[in-house]
Parts: sequence; structure tokens; C-alpha cells
Amino acid sequence: MWYRTCTRLNWCKLMSEAIVQVERLRKEFDGTVAVADVSFDVRRGEIVGVLGPNGAGKTTTIQVLLGLTTPTAGTVRVFGQDLEKHRIEILQRCNFSSAYTGLPSNLKVWENLLVFSMIYGAKGWREKVEQLLALFEITHLRGKITGHLSSGESTRVNLCKALLNDPELLMLDEPTASLDPDIADKVRKLLRRVQHEKGTTMIYTSHNMRDVEEVCDRVLFMHKGRIIAEGAPRQVVEKFQQNSLEEVFIRVARGGDLLGEVAE
Amino acid sequence: MNWRRVGALILRYTFLYTRSMPRILEMFFWPVMDLLVWGFVTMYLLKAGKAVPSYITFLIGSMIFWDILYRSQQAITISFLEDVWARNLLNIFVAPIRVSEFIAATYAVGFVKIMVIVALLTVLAFSLYSFNLFIMGISLIPLFVNLLLMGWAIGMMTTALIVRLGQSAEALAWGIPFLIQPVCAVFYPLSILPKWLQPVSLAIPATHVFEGMRQVLENKGMPVGHLWAAFGLNLLYLAAGALIFSRMFQVARRKGLLAKLGTQ
Ligand SMILES: Nc1ncnc2c1ncn2[C@@H]1O[C@H](COP(=O)(O)OP(=O)(O)OP(=O)(O)O)[C@@H](O)[C@H]1O
Ligand SMILES: [Mg+2]
Repeated sequence: MWYRTCTRLNWCKLMSEAIVQVERLRKEFDGTVAVADVSFDVRRGEIVGVLGPNGAGKTTTIQVLLGLTTPTAGTVRVFGQDLEKHRIEILQRCNFSSAYTGLPSNLKVWENLLVFSMIYGAKGWREKVEQLLALFEITHLRGKITGHLSSGESTRVNLCKALLNDPELLMLDEPTASLDPDIADKVRKLLRRVQHEKGTTMIYTSHNMRDVEEVCDRVLFMHKGRIIAEGAPRQVVEKFQQNSLEEVFIRVARGGDLLGEVAE
Repeated sequence: MNWRRVGALILRYTFLYTRSMPRILEMFFWPVMDLLVWGFVTMYLLKAGKAVPSYITFLIGSMIFWDILYRSQQAITISFLEDVWARNLLNIFVAPIRVSEFIAATYAVGFVKIMVIVALLTVLAFSLYSFNLFIMGISLIPLFVNLLLMGWAIGMMTTALIVRLGQSAEALAWGIPFLIQPVCAVFYPLSILPKWLQPVSLAIPATHVFEGMRQVLENKGMPVGHLWAAFGLNLLYLAAGALIFSRMFQVARRKGLLAKLGTQ
């Protein structure tokens, strides 16, 4: 199934290795079912978008993949290893960024980036940090207190942190949520570039359909804790006989239960 | 245990402390105020002829020792709370850091803080009240170490409760030590407590430290029995604290509380 979604030929070879394998994942919080039953694979070098209405279980899924939350049922394997047993080794090769979770707010930007370079054991932190700051056009923020940044600035600092260890797997929970259209566009292109240059695998949640169409090779459409559609953005649009992902989204959100069969 | 990561976390605290004047002042404020008040109270008692001179040493000694216990507990719990307040934790929790590394860094920072405070109190007590902490001689060291250990054990337990109960439980950070203060014979000997309460008191390491301290100040020699009892109990308490902490950490992962702690 995945090879159909593979739009760029040269990526197909790399993508043969499953980096993330989620099987029958379920997560309940005291009676609330956040993720009902989710199975999916992510191949090396792929950018997979996780879409769905508020409360669909996207953040919960990412948190499980980060080992922040333990599953109620199901298994999660990352880099072929069991997440629960090899959490630290796995996290060493991953990273995470979200528009809603900032870096330690009382440190300066460069201090934060130094601390996280050390935590991840990134070599040559000075050049690395300078490179990343320049990449995200925030070199001038180096000496600022992280808590004083605007949300768009802090989002970009988060992204710098997320790339410090050249992660093989990058999890992004609404990374562009607070960016202005210009910066959001740049960030999308940057993420694409990182994917091409380093072969980074990404799992990407977003409510911005433009993001998803532009960045993601494949999308998982979640609704009420289940994946109801899966495929390249265009395939999903066709499957639901709509004109754009945005239309698909609205239809799913308003009558998602009825569409269960269509997805399978 | 990876020392590079422990070092990174210590560096983070160093950045925090060297930057913030209020933080540095706060570290000294309470111990110094305590010392002043208790010092003058005992001076008054002396002048009024209501106390024999050795009571001055008892009270000031007790006060300094209580402060060591209280501060070492606070050093652990408050530094965790500060991270919660500053929403610092999520990115730490998703980094490859073991719980033991997190605790080790907190302990190391707590240790330095305590050493600085004790040095200051010692100098002040000596210059204001001619109270020489070092007349206790070599016994001072094991007594001090035992207080530190107990403070850490309680600090770990309180922090565990905060992980489990969330920020709303932060009052516990200040409250818990005072819960045991009446029972652990800080300012009065064990024999003052009602008979039925004495076994409870003897199960607390601090009781043995304070009893031992009075024994030393009365020139009755090194309180070997009390020191061993305190040390044995402390090992138990530390083990219990670590166990409770990792249990609560697991519960928090199951309930999805870690993500909430880091971001709320
Ligand atoms: N720690 C928690 N305790 C209880 N319920 C939770 C917890 N975390 C998430 N939930 C519930 O699980 C469901 C899924 O939440 P989740 O955050 O995964 O949704 P999402 O798809 O990321 O939504 P959004 O688009 O709003 O970010 C929601 O109904 C939410 O209320
Ligand atoms: Mg979310």
C-alpha cells in the first residue's frame, strides 16, 4: 500500500524500512477513550501527517510515541525496538517540537540550546546552534530570554532544539500553529529540505490543510480515536470525492461516523 | 546513569541561579531570618534568667539543624515546582533522560545550595551569638549528612506527590516537613513526648539527629547509636522515596499527567 503513496521515486528505496510500527494502539483516560484502535507504520524518510478534528486523539498518539503516556493496549515499536523497554535509546534518536510546549522559559535562547545539545550529546554545539538559528532566521534572538519571545519566535526556537541531534524521527505536534503565513511557508520548505538532506522521518499533526498538502507524503485521518482514511493527500481527497483536504476535513468532522466504511 | 546528561541538567540550574537575583536572595532570606529571630529569643531568655546558658546552644543548634533539613527537602521539591511553573518539563521528559539522572542532578544542585547556606549560617551564628557550630567537632559531619539524606528522602516523596496530584498539590512542598516537626524532637528532647508517640518519633531519622546533637552539646561524646539508627532509617527512607517517585511517575504516564505538568 505504501509504495503507491510514494510520490518521489528516489525515496522509495529508503522508505522500505518501517521506523514506527503501531499495532492496535488504545489509550483510555479514566473512561475517556482518546485513542480507540489505531494501527499504522511509518517508513524511513516519510513525512506522515496526522489529521483530524479536535479531540480525535492526535496529540495522545504522539505522546504515546514519545513515551510520555503509556498505552492501555497495543504495541509500539520504534526503530524495530519495543518503546517501553528501550525508551531512552529510542528518544536519543528522536526529537519533538510543538507550538504549545515551549523550552524552559527562564533561560536565554542560546543557554537552552546549549543545555539540550548536551542532553542529546550533539557534537560541535556552537556551530550547530548558529547554523540552526540562521536556518530559521532567528540569529538575533540568541541572547533573549526564551519566555519573552513571541509565540512564532518561540516556535522557531523549539524547531531549532528539535533538530539539534539530527533526529532520525521527528515528531511535530502542530509545529506551524502560531506562525505567520510567510514564516509558516518557510518552515514547511525547511522541513522538506531537512527530509531531503538528512532523510529525516517525520510525524506531523496540523489543522492547516495547506501544511499537510505541501509537506506530507501521506496522511492518516483520525476521527474519534480511529484512523478512518489513509493515503497520499490527493488519494484521500479522491476517496472522499471532494475537491480539497479542507473539504474532506469538514465532511469528516461533521459526519465522520458515516464515513467509516468508505475508509476501509 | 549518563553523567553528560546529569551535567547538562546541572548546567541548566546554574543558568537559572546565576541569573536571578530574587532566587539567590530567597535562598538566604529565610535561614537568616530564622537565625536572627531564634538567636534573639534565646538571648532574651538568657538575660531574663529563665534559661541556663546551654539552652542557647540547644536552641540555635536545633534551629540551624532544622533549617538544613527543611532546605534540603525544599531544594528538591521547589526546583521541581519551579520547572512546573515555568513549563520547563515537557521537553525534558521527551528527552533521553532517565528518572535517576533527573534526581541525581537535583541532588547535586541541592547539595551545593545547602553547603552555601550552612556556611553562611555558621558565620552569622558565630559572629552574632558566639555560637560555634564546630564545637560539635567531628560528630557534626555525620549528623549533617543524615539531615541532608532525610531532607532528600522527604523531598523525593513530596515531589512524587506533586507529580501525581499536579500543581494543585504544591502547598505540600512547604507543609510536609512541618507535619513531622512536632514528632521528631527538634527543639525539645524525645522524653518530652508522650510515651505512645515516642516509638513513632524514633522511626524518624531526624529524631536521632536532634537527640544526637543534644548529646554532643552536653559533652556526652559521639552519639554512635543515634548516628547508626539515623543512617539505617535514612537508607530505608531514601529507598522508599525513590520507589514512590518512580511509581508516581508511572501513574502519571498512565494518566497522561506528564504532558499536563509540563505545559498547563
Ligand atoms: N490526560 C488526559 N486525561 C483525560 N483525558 C485526556 C487526557 N489527554 C487527552 N484527553 C482526552 O482525549 C481526547 C483526545 O485528545 P487529544 O489531545 O489527543 O486530541 P487532539 O486530536 O490532539 O485534539 P486537538 O486537535 O484539539 O489538539 C480528548 O477528548 C481529550 O479530552
Ligand atoms: Mg492536539
